[in-house]
Formats: sequence, structure tokens, C-alpha cells
Amino acid sequence: MAASDELGAITKAFSGFGVDEKSLISILGKWHPEQRQTFRKGTRDFFIQDERKFERWDDRHVIQLQHEFLRFKHAIVLWTMHQWERDARLLKEALYKGPQHNVLIEVACTRSSEELLGARRAYHSLFDHSVEEDVAFGIHGPERKLLVALVSSYRYEGPKVNEETAKSEAKFLSGAIKGAAGNKNLIENDEVVRILVTRSKLHLISVYKHYKEISGNYLDEDLEGDLYLQETVQCLCKPQAYFSKVLDASMRPDVDEIKKEAVTRIIVTRADVDMKQIKEEYNHKYGVSLPNKIEDVANGNYRDFLLTLVARGD
Amino acid sequence: MSTLCVPAHVPSVAEDCEQLHKAFTGWGTNEGLIISILGHRNAAQRKLIRQVYAETYGEDLLKALDKELTNDFERIVLLWTLDPSERDAYLTNEATKRWTSSNKVLMEIACTRSPKELLLAREAYHARFKRSLEEDVAYHTHGDFRKLLVPLVSSYRYGGDDVNLTLAKSEAKLLHEKISKKAYNDDDLIRILATRSKAQINATLNQYKNEFGNDINKNLKADPKDEFLAILRGTIKCLVCPEKYFEKAIRLAINRQGTDEGALTRVVATQAEVDMKIIKDEYQKRNSVPLDRAIAKDTTGDYEKMLLALIGQEEA
Repeated sequence: MAASDELGAITKAFSGFGVDEKSLISILGKWHPEQRQTFRKGTRDFFIQDERKFERWDDRHVIQLQHEFLRFKHAIVLWTMHQWERDARLLKEALYKGPQHNVLIEVACTRSSEELLGARRAYHSLFDHSVEEDVAFGIHGPERKLLVALVSSYRYEGPKVNEETAKSEAKFLSGAIKGAAGNKNLIENDEVVRILVTRSKLHLISVYKHYKEISGNYLDEDLEGDLYLQETVQCLCKPQAYFSKVLDASMRPDVDEIKKEAVTRIIVTRADVDMKQIKEEYNHKYGVSLPNKIEDVANGNYRDFLLTLVARGD
Repeated sequence: MSTLCVPAHVPSVAEDCEQLHKAFTGWGTNEGLIISILGHRNAAQRKLIRQVYAETYGEDLLKALDKELTNDFERIVLLWTLDPSERDAYLTNEATKRWTSSNKVLMEIACTRSPKELLLAREAYHARFKRSLEEDVAYHTHGDFRKLLVPLVSSYRYGGDDVNLTLAKSEAKLLHEKISKKAYNDDDLIRILATRSKAQINATLNQYKNEFGNDINKNLKADPKDEFLAILRGTIKCLVCPEKYFEKAIRLAINRQGTDEGALTRVVATQAEVDMKIIKDEYQKRNSVPLDRAIAKDTTGDYEKMLLALIGQEEA
């Protein structure tokens, strides 16, 4: 391999998601001290010139490397876990790392009623608390009611929907959204929260449909002003579109670690559920196939593992 | 402890069904027979009887009962024959349809059942009413009641005995603060009551008494007519000393006080296989008469006989 190619390969090996173990072994492992120095001097991102005349690892990048090396391990452990333990741990982590409202909403709204129940049981075993008490304790502000109710829900999952009620609730939402200045107070509107938090998913899909007919817009678009409500609606009514959107946002260059973790989380939790539809949505929206995108941004074992999971939908 | 008396030698399910069917045929109904059978079978046995009755006579036993019986007696037999989780689903659904005293029933069921029982009730609710319990409660309640009742019926409390005393102290302080400011519908106050485990709440209330001298319910009596305060007091009672709550409910019903006339039927039907013994002891302690004597004095006929059978009085 030409010297410049090797430099490029090692730079890529250290960038993006996961690390390229093979290149690190075969190229970096055989480099002489001078070659390694060329590398250090050549890459501004990873090394800084120390005043005492040597190239020093940038601390932030070392910390980031730690995450990248562990990314494969995290994915494997998460994948092997029982789904209930997985969701319970995701909820717990979302609470103490942040809190990450989007993850709480995602888990509470995209699992089936039985799956969410299982997660709540596992939460008891793992943490000696109920998930709702920890969410209530850890979240403050007007979004608390929404989030506590979402993790406590046990929605009806049968086929019966009362179209009249769905229509009137869509009408109500349309009025409420128009009336709330910039959606700032919408999350404090008890009726809005009640509808989103207690109605069955089929019922809400019907509400979504009626809303479009009544107001001309899509419900989630009209909720632009309140992120939590918007996400709740998207997760409940069109989860695959939601997941493909989050995946794309997480795979952009220079996103922070918390956003990057979404990639593992979504692919591991959806591989056996709706990966096929997520791939279709992704392709449709962004013009590139999800596997190709992963090839592009991810490295090594981590990349290969993700691709294997993503291929399960075929 | 249960007060149900199941005979040592129980007839076969087929025999029970045949006798019940006989009780319905001909002129009138042989209520005594119904009581002597259904009033002395446990939940598993009743379930089997319902199944076999339907297979043998092509009709749901409950429909037959509904046709043949009237009023209080019918209601208690109907409630009693249902599976416990179906019964809770039926009662909570009924409570969302009527007026004020039924907020009490929602609170009672949400707080006195174990976390697992409440879950089973919610499952049964899906199956029977094709909606979730919380969506109906949310739809039919408003304001502060909704704020309290929806989280209560949605809770799945940690069921262990683990308690964090530091947390109990700080939450007792928080409760006292909110109550002193008369902020009874405060978010944190409701959060604590609706999400903490029963053991944790008990520890918190003990801390409250230690720190501030009074039982928390004494501080929640500012306005005797305030229904929300009554529900709040009921919530606390149901969570930490349900037998006292049930004793009071029965006492008020028997003495024709308050607005919860259905309490006697409801409490006996739902607690006969659970805590009736303790409730009977409480009743005797509080009223100086045994419960069965009070029931015999206040009720008549088949309704009386069924009640007495369920609370374990030996046949005269």
C-alpha cells in the first residue's frame, strides 16, 4: 500500500463509529517509529504540538477513542440481553445521563404494551424502584406529567377504534394547537396530554388521519414548537420514519457521543421488529441505502456487526 | 385473611352445575341453593363452574343469574362469580360512568390491590371493554381528580420491602411543606403518592409523624366538604392501612352515612377471599359488635344470607 494510502487508512481507522481493527493491526502494527511520527505530525485532529517539542495525543480524542473501542462491546452486550432488561437499562441510563427525554419517549412509545410492561418488571428487579417513581423524581418542569404517564401506559392493543371519538379528538387538537401561541403551553394542556398518553395506537393513527383532513397539515409538523409532543406523536404514529430520521441525524459528522449512541440503540432494538420498513423509509428519505451509509461511517467489527443486524430485515 | 368457607368435600363441578341449573328452573329461583354453592367456592372453583356450565347448558352462568336475580342479591352474586381481575375491571368501568362517589372506587381499587393485581385488572379491562383503563379514567375525570387518579390506576409500584430512610425523611418534609401551604394538588405531592412503593410511603408517613407530631391525615382535614381532600386521605389510608379504610367504608354504609351505599356489597365481594378476616377484626374493635351481627341487623333475605356466607359465618 502506498504511504499516503496507509495514512488515510489509519486516519479512517480512528474516525467515525468503531475502530478498524484489521488496519490498525496490519498497518499501524508494522510502522516504524518514523512512520508513526509522520502520522502524528500529519493529523491535526488527533495530536497537538506540545511546547516541549513533541506531538501529544489530544485528550478529547483519547476519550473519544475509548468510546469507539467499546462501541462493538456495547452493541454485543445490548444485543444479547433479554429485551426487558435492555429496555429497563436504557430507561435508567436515559434518566441519569441527561436526562435524555427523547430516549424515554422512544422506549415508552415504540414498544408494545406487553414489552413495556416487561421492561417495568425488569426495572423493579434491577433497580429496586418502579420506573415511574424514578422518572417522576428525576424529571422536573411541565414535561414530567407527560413522561411519567408515557412510561406508565398500558394501551389497549386490539383493533377496535371509535371513529367518532377519534374525529372529535382530532378537531380538539387542531383547535388547541391553533390557540397555543408558538406551542409553548401545549404540553401543559391536560386534554392534549390525555389523548396522547392514554389512547391506543390505532386510535391515534386514526386521529392523525382525521387531523390531516381537518386542518390540512400533519399533526407532528404542527407540533414543531414542542419537541416532546412532536416526538411522542411520531413514535406512536409513524415510528419507522422517526427511527430513520434519528439514525440519519446520528450519523452526521461531528455529532456528540450521546447522539452517536443512538445508532447502536436503534439498530439493536429494531433489528427483529421493523428494520425492513426503517430501511425503506431511510432510502426513500435520504436517497442512500442504510447499509451503504453504515459502510461509509463505521469501521471494523462494529460495522460488520451492524450490517449483519440490518440485513436481518431481508 | 380469607373468610370464605369451602366445605371439606366439594361436589364435582358437574354436580354443582346441575344444582345451579335446577335452582333457575321452575317457578322462581332457589336462592338458598345458589348461596350454598357459589357462596362456598373459591375463585378457581367458580371459574371452572362457569366454564362447565357454559359447555353444558350453552349459556353463560352470569347471564342466567342476571335473568333470575334482582337487586342487591343479584349484584353481590354477580360480582362474586366474576374472576377477581374481571371484577376489578367491571367495577372501575362502572365507576367511570357515574358521579362523584365513584372517584372513590377508582382510588380504592388502584390503591388497595397489589401491583400485580392492578396489572391483571388492567389486562382484563382491555379484554372486556376494548379500551385501556387509563384512557377511560382520563376521559371521565377532570382537573385535580384526573391529575391524581390517572397516575394511580397506571402505577406499577415496586413491591419489595426495601426502603430508603433518607429519602423518606426528605419526602416527609416535602409533603408537610405542601400541605402547610394547602397545595393539595401539588405535582410533587401527587408524584410521591402515585409512584413510591407502599413500603416507602409507609416509611415516609412514619417520618412525618415523628417530625411533625400528627398523622398526615389529620393535616388533610382543612375542609370537611372538600371531596378532593377526602380522596387524598382515602389514597393514603388505602396504601398503608387498607383494613381500616374498608372497616370505615362498611361502617358508613351500614349506618347509612355518606354517599357510598354500594360499599357493603363491593367490599365484601372483593375482600372475602383476601383480607376479610382482618377487616372483621377491625370492625369488632371499632364498633364493639361483630360484623355479622351488624349485617344481620341491617340487611334481609337472600342478600343478607349471601353476605354472611361470604364473611364466613357458619350456617345456623
